[in-house]
Amino acid sequence: MSILVNKDTKLVVQGITGRDGKFHTGKMKEYGTNVVAGVSPGKEGETLDGIPVFNSVAHAVQYTGANTSIIFVPAAFAADAILEASEAGIKLVIAISEGVPIQDMIRVTPILKMNGTLLIGPNCPGLITPGEALVGILPAMIFKEGNIGFISRSGTLTYEVVNLLSLNDFGQTTCVGIGGDPVAGLYFIDLLEMFENDPETKAVVLIGEIGGDAEEQAARFIAEKMTKPVVAFIAGQTAPPGKRMGHAGAIISSGAGTAAEKIAAFNKAGVPVAKEPSEIPVLLRQKLEGKI
Amino acid sequence: MKIHEYQARQIFRDYGIPVPDGVLCYTVYEVEKAAREMNRMVVVKAQVLAGGRGKAGGVKLARTAEDAKAAAKQILGMDIKGLIVEKVLVTEAVDIEKEFYVGLINDRNTKSITLMVSAEGGVEIEEVAKNNPEKIIKFSINPLTGLLDYQARNVAMELFGNIKLAQKAASIFMKLYKLYIETDSTLAEINPLVLTTGNEILAIDGKMNFDDNALFRQPKILAMRELDEEELQEIAANEKGLAYIKLDGNIGCMVNGAGLAMATMDMIKLYGGSPANFLDIGGSSNPQKVIDAMNILLSDKNVKAVMINIFGGITRCDDVAKGLIKALEIIMTDIPIVVRLSGTNAEEGLALLKQTGLPTVSSMSEAAQMAIELSKR
Repeated sequence: MSILVNKDTKLVVQGITGRDGKFHTGKMKEYGTNVVAGVSPGKEGETLDGIPVFNSVAHAVQYTGANTSIIFVPAAFAADAILEASEAGIKLVIAISEGVPIQDMIRVTPILKMNGTLLIGPNCPGLITPGEALVGILPAMIFKEGNIGFISRSGTLTYEVVNLLSLNDFGQTTCVGIGGDPVAGLYFIDLLEMFENDPETKAVVLIGEIGGDAEEQAARFIAEKMTKPVVAFIAGQTAPPGKRMGHAGAIISSGAGTAAEKIAAFNKAGVPVAKEPSEIPVLLRQKLEGKI
Repeated sequence: MKIHEYQARQIFRDYGIPVPDGVLCYTVYEVEKAAREMNRMVVVKAQVLAGGRGKAGGVKLARTAEDAKAAAKQILGMDIKGLIVEKVLVTEAVDIEKEFYVGLINDRNTKSITLMVSAEGGVEIEEVAKNNPEKIIKFSINPLTGLLDYQARNVAMELFGNIKLAQKAASIFMKLYKLYIETDSTLAEINPLVLTTGNEILAIDGKMNFDDNALFRQPKILAMRELDEEELQEIAANEKGLAYIKLDGNIGCMVNGAGLAMATMDMIKLYGGSPANFLDIGGSSNPQKVIDAMNILLSDKNVKAVMINIFGGITRCDDVAKGLIKALEIIMTDIPIVVRLSGTNAEEGLALLKQTGLPTVSSMSEAAQMAIELSKR
């Protein structure tokens, strides 16, 4: 078992003929992801890597039965692409595009809700269910099949931590990079709930960062609703207030969203917080063995 | 992106929100002249991109042109939170019956724009939120309909308790919402919104922030941007595909990815050092990027050691190593550099770096500790 993506995923790539779209489509296919279609207006009838290209997501769905979409289009057109996928009946959209205007995401949100479309991102590295499907730009070789659910707001920090987990024999059910934007799709609580309900997942690793209060909300959710152990790490303890650390969401101001507040919230919820990435597998082992 | 109060007032005015007359001045002479022409009580207000100007003494009431001149002498050149006041706004003083707060903000929890109002105007809303949260009325706006007239009126009615005044205020809320949407704002505040003794409602002070991601479609807003030296550096880095923020420490960091860059800074601190910057070179391993990044890092004279932390995913470590070798051929430096490469093609990268004699390690914590050690020599 796993969450969100698996062997049944039929993926359509929006922006398949762009540089990033093309490159990562190759990587996803190589991993074994069932990439059934690409979308690039004006290029219907062409194929790329043996994958048929369509003018619209609706066509791709009609001809290939695609059920999941990944978006590589430039930020200015990302909201349009997300809505196109949703209106075409796609139930899970992963938006990789970086730099999407916040108000675009605000406008998109209620429509996705009405259509019952789940969104991951934007500005995210995507997700992977090791051994089944890679839907994103994550480097496949560091992942390993196993029982740990993984959720992170960051990209390369995810790779760092997942690598440490795999080296310490903690394989993963599904790893999700939710992205660093202030208004995004699925967030910690949604995914914690999915992992809680996934029989295969034994524990969850959560990587948060400064900005917003999603970590505090996650801590409350864990304390009230979760039976499975969770271990956390928070990046940005030394970040100066008011500065945007690469991620638009990673701004701390007005005394909210600091690393210290988030760590305190997790500690209160009984979630151990690692001081540095290499401590995560150690805490995970202790937690699973019931020592902490 | 932030703008000055005088710029926010101009946007308010463009959208029909009533604002008292004001003149932007750069010299004491201009202030005196403006006050004389207004021929009434005025307020002289420092224009800096920082909050708490009043508390810092940057806002002064002046009864006469002479008073205004004296106030300008004090305020111009003043240091407010590290920013030197180079200009002031001279505005007509109004007779205030009561002060209110009105703000629009993106709320990440409800994923919508929220209208916030309070009868506790004129103080920072963060203070009200902390001490009297019950005094803030919040209304989450449906993105599909936008703010509707009746909603604005109902919120205003809670604030004013008088339909005549509520109608006037609601019209201001509607205009504020319109400009918020049309300028891709992330914060639009009128604080205070005042009720004058003459039963007028006026925006006395305004604050606006904008979404950096949307500046590409907001040329008018972009033209208002005023950058200090640090921001200029950050933008120059941005144009080279790098994200850079200068900090006060002495260990330069060069990392791929924002989250890993933050974790690297944290780790340096954890082991007793102090990071000199945040620097994210992003996903590509283009050698030119590494050269640009090294140039930026080494231009900071506080830097005593450099820690390069790369986790190769899409970025290939051997490409980064090649870029680094090239960079070091061009930039001659005797500042010690520690390189940590892990992930895609790390072994190839480390083998390439052998010839440079740079210390290489495979874990982040080792790299941080070594960089701190070297910075002390």
